[in-house]
Amino acid sequence: MNTWLDLLLEPLNYIFMLRGMAAALMVGAVCATVGTYIVLRGMAFFGDALAHAILPGVAVGYLVGGGAGASLFWWGLLTAVISSIGIGAISKGARLREDTAIGIVFAGMFALGIALISSTRNYTVDLTHFLFGDVLGVSNGDLQRMALFGGGIVLVVILFYKEFMVLSFDPLLAATLRLPARALEYLLLVLIALAIVVSLQTVGVALMVAMLVTPSATAYLLTRRLPYMMLLAALLACLAGIVGLYLSYYLRISSGAAIVLTSTAFFALSWLGRAIHSRLRQGK
Amino acid sequence: MTFLKQLRKNTLPVTHVPHHAGQPTLEVRNLSVRYDQLIALSDISFSLEPGERIAVVGPNGAGKSTLFKAIAGIHPYSTGEVKIYGHGPGGHTCIAYLPQRSQVDWNFPASVADVVMMGRISQLGPLRWPKASDWDYVRRCLQVVGLVDLEERQIGELSGGQQQRMFIARALAQEAELMLMDEPFTGLDVPSQNDILDILEQLRLKQVTVLASTHDLNLASEHFDQVLLLNRRQLGFGPGSEIFTTERLLKAYGGHLRLVENGEQMLALGDTCCDDEGDQHEHLA
Repeated sequence: MNTWLDLLLEPLNYIFMLRGMAAALMVGAVCATVGTYIVLRGMAFFGDALAHAILPGVAVGYLVGGGAGASLFWWGLLTAVISSIGIGAISKGARLREDTAIGIVFAGMFALGIALISSTRNYTVDLTHFLFGDVLGVSNGDLQRMALFGGGIVLVVILFYKEFMVLSFDPLLAATLRLPARALEYLLLVLIALAIVVSLQTVGVALMVAMLVTPSATAYLLTRRLPYMMLLAALLACLAGIVGLYLSYYLRISSGAAIVLTSTAFFALSWLGRAIHSRLRQGK
Repeated sequence: MTFLKQLRKNTLPVTHVPHHAGQPTLEVRNLSVRYDQLIALSDISFSLEPGERIAVVGPNGAGKSTLFKAIAGIHPYSTGEVKIYGHGPGGHTCIAYLPQRSQVDWNFPASVADVVMMGRISQLGPLRWPKASDWDYVRRCLQVVGLVDLEERQIGELSGGQQQRMFIARALAQEAELMLMDEPFTGLDVPSQNDILDILEQLRLKQVTVLASTHDLNLASEHFDQVLLLNRRQLGFGPGSEIFTTERLLKAYGGHLRLVENGEQMLALGDTCCDDEGDQHEHLA
């Protein structure tokens, strides 16, 4: 009778869809909040590299825990925090340019991850899960960890909101206000690392950077103040999560890819909208 | 709530260094700054009283930004001494560094009031949000520089002169007693420059000491009490009329400068640009 409603409600009959949506909402909001700083500070490559660098940790977690979510999470977390601080230290200390240092660490770690996973029997299936995520396979335990750590990340971002803002806008001001700039930098790196681990199951390693960057970049185009940018980024990411999951259900395509594509479409629309808007303004 | 209070007490201590009365606002003695092997500045000595206004003049790469960073306590110096009211610069929050406009991300999602509020965060303290009284304070700072009507504008929508005035408001919000202004006049038209000079006059009444780097020798000698002529070392410190001699200017600018005699006036042409100071050491270490 009401076909639109049916289309909307039908997927919700499946518990895995409900869990997937809960995961997509949480991950979207958390990644977009942290991602705001990634966009403003030009750290997209760092985020991408960090996501790839945790693959060996996840692989070890997989080999040790036999695919249990908790084991993947904790091993991933350990690797992410070590990698983020490691990349931070290397790029500060060495004579290399920062992006070169990041590239070396990222590719090396990623190769190690692939080597570890290739030692298992069903290599391609497992690798695909890590690379592209499996949001419909999340368990209640996974959801609890997402809520706990995701909530923690958002709380820290809110508590240190003004410090992070100053550090991103004007590091020299942060220095003359005697803020502990180095500690705050590392705190931000750790927050990014945590956000990546929390989101690992939703989109996987390869598409992670889209969760971190795309909704925030879209919001950046549409807003003029940081709190609104953060809020809009989170809303857009949640919306992309839901819309993406419906698309994945009806078109039978990979859920992670569907979420990212939806997010990309939002960005393209905003970009186009802005371009047309400024063209009309000039035309007047 | 008690947890939050505890956290506030134990994290991010804000250090306020005492000011010793009767000491000069700024005293620089035999200051040298090195970057690895390279000597960026050597043997700089001068001293400023409250409310004084100094122009720092020299060619690109003369070390003007380096000097400011050493004075602000955000770049280490190898020898010599910097004292702000009798105390090393490290713990002071009364020093404001006003960045060169070309080094600022003007697309940053912040309003004019947001940026001025950034100057207040050490007064606010960690884990606190600005209250109505803090926004009032920001508004008063904006009033001083005549930007109160534009407080909600995104910062990229301001003119160059307005952007510079916004940074002065931010320094006021910081309750700065020493302002280090990096090329505040570069790229501004004459009316905008005059607006800034008027504001500097008001700052003098508040006993705010100002160091400004500039390429404009006329402006430096007409509107500043003293001039510090710099090219990696100190080539002169005193009133502009005494410092800007042909001999000294040639020493500072070398081949970059052409001096043109024009009746009674002397014009100095040449290094009058630019956005980016050719200093390769602009980055905060």
